[in-house]
Amino acid sequence: MPRYLLSVFGPAARTDYGPYPSKEDMLQAFADTGAFNDRLQREGYFVFADGLEPATTATTVDGQGESPVLTDGPYLETKEHIGGFWVIEAPDLDVALALAADGSKACRGVIEVRPFQTAESVAALLDS
Amino acid sequence: MTPPDVDAALVRAYHDEWARIVAGLARRYGDLDLAEDATAEAFGVAVQRWPDDGIPPNPGGWLMTTANRKALDRLRRESQRDAKHTAAQHLVDDVPPEPVGPVEDDRLRLIFVCCHPALSMQARVALTLRLLGGLTVAEIAHAFLVPETTLAQRITRAKGKIKAASIPYAVPAATDVAERLTGVLAVVYLVFNEGYLASGGDEAVRTPLCDEAIRLGRLLHDLLPDDGEVTGLLALMLLTDARRNARVSRTGELITLDEQDRGGWDRGLIAEGHALVRERLAAAAAGGPAPGRYQLLAAINAVHTDAPTARDTDWSQILALYDRMALIDPSPIVRLNRAVAVTELDSPLVGLAEIDRLTDALDGYHAFHAARADVLGRLGRSADARAAYDRAIALAGNPAERAYLTRRRDQLAP
Repeated sequence: MPRYLLSVFGPAARTDYGPYPSKEDMLQAFADTGAFNDRLQREGYFVFADGLEPATTATTVDGQGESPVLTDGPYLETKEHIGGFWVIEAPDLDVALALAADGSKACRGVIEVRPFQTAESVAALLDS
Repeated sequence: MTPPDVDAALVRAYHDEWARIVAGLARRYGDLDLAEDATAEAFGVAVQRWPDDGIPPNPGGWLMTTANRKALDRLRRESQRDAKHTAAQHLVDDVPPEPVGPVEDDRLRLIFVCCHPALSMQARVALTLRLLGGLTVAEIAHAFLVPETTLAQRITRAKGKIKAASIPYAVPAATDVAERLTGVLAVVYLVFNEGYLASGGDEAVRTPLCDEAIRLGRLLHDLLPDDGEVTGLLALMLLTDARRNARVSRTGELITLDEQDRGGWDRGLIAEGHALVRERLAAAAAGGPAPGRYQLLAAINAVHTDAPTARDTDWSQILALYDRMALIDPSPIVRLNRAVAVTELDSPLVGLAEIDRLTDALDGYHAFHAARADVLGRLGRSADARAAYDRAIALAGNPAERAYLTRRRDQLAP
């Protein structure tokens, strides 16, 4: 079955409650996201999910040279950063998009849906 | 030289069978690339063989069998190149795909794939014209004034996304079908409008795009005869296209509805469009769903094409229809069209007041300035009208429209 990465994007600028405007909003988002996760598990879509610490805690590493180059902060300087993600299994993109819409509502963030490579697509890549 | 009857048979088969074969192969093999290439190859074989062998008794069946063989040939070649994919070698089945019922027509699935909301509008248009319309990459690129390589990449990328992201080859669930269908109709109408009122380039009307949009509209109507908006869009396109020949002068100038020679309208298309509109009126009267945007636009065009002369136009009906349009689509453009009806029905002064209220929203839109210029001209405000025509001419992308606006400006009283 196809696997999809659902990345959640939110503002880089944070309040005391992370990306949420108030404590009540944060608690409600946590509760809604928890319920959404339970549903993913129950309906067999869930593979993995977690939230991330703010982008300010990221370290960028380039190990392609002789010695690794470390940079403080995220790779891309943008106004929005990835704040968490789901990995789901779904029969097709329509199902994945419908789940993403529900997840977006639950966690109060915009979601990017992206398919994982498959054995078939990697084989086609090797073949080309 | 190909005998004329073979030529005609090839053209007819191309129009009738292309989408059906691509769609059938796509369902069978789940691969749009394979389906498109095998179908194109089958037509290539037909072009070579039919002049000598004669037109087969069942051209569609012949083409489907040939395309299916081409697809299998290619799968075998690919599987021999890659020993890991031995499974495909077992595909020795030459039986054409089983016929399917009208509801689950393969072409309907293909339409929903090509117009999937996860694809960009440009990609949807290109894919629909290629896979369902059978237009070549060169033809589509020419119609949309983009380089062939750009258009080819657009199609390749879209097909790549459909495959990698597993966009389903299916008619959407009943709960989503209305919304998804709206997206499909938007693609068809965009193709039609780009043909009918080309937004750039040197041609006033790009006939192939209009013809293709109507063909797609007819296909949708065959597949979904009970859907009001599908019927409405087909009627709208027919009633608009019926005026095509009267719409541009020999010198390449746009002729607006009020100045058109109504004798040049295509009465056959108008009769067909009117019949479709009447069918929807009857459905609404029988308690069906309220008409949507395309049905209302079709009804407005039915009122226009019903009038023997421009002076006979029933503007009160048109205004009532725009009032209903404004309820479902309160956009400034709908309000501009409504204001034009108010001008005709009430007075230019009242119309101008309505038009001026839209200045903020439509200042960058040529039709706004054209409508304003016309009303100012009627009010005898020549200097203001001239300035408005200047703005409209600067913003208009279509050469025939620019020629028309320029003449109107130069005809203003000094």
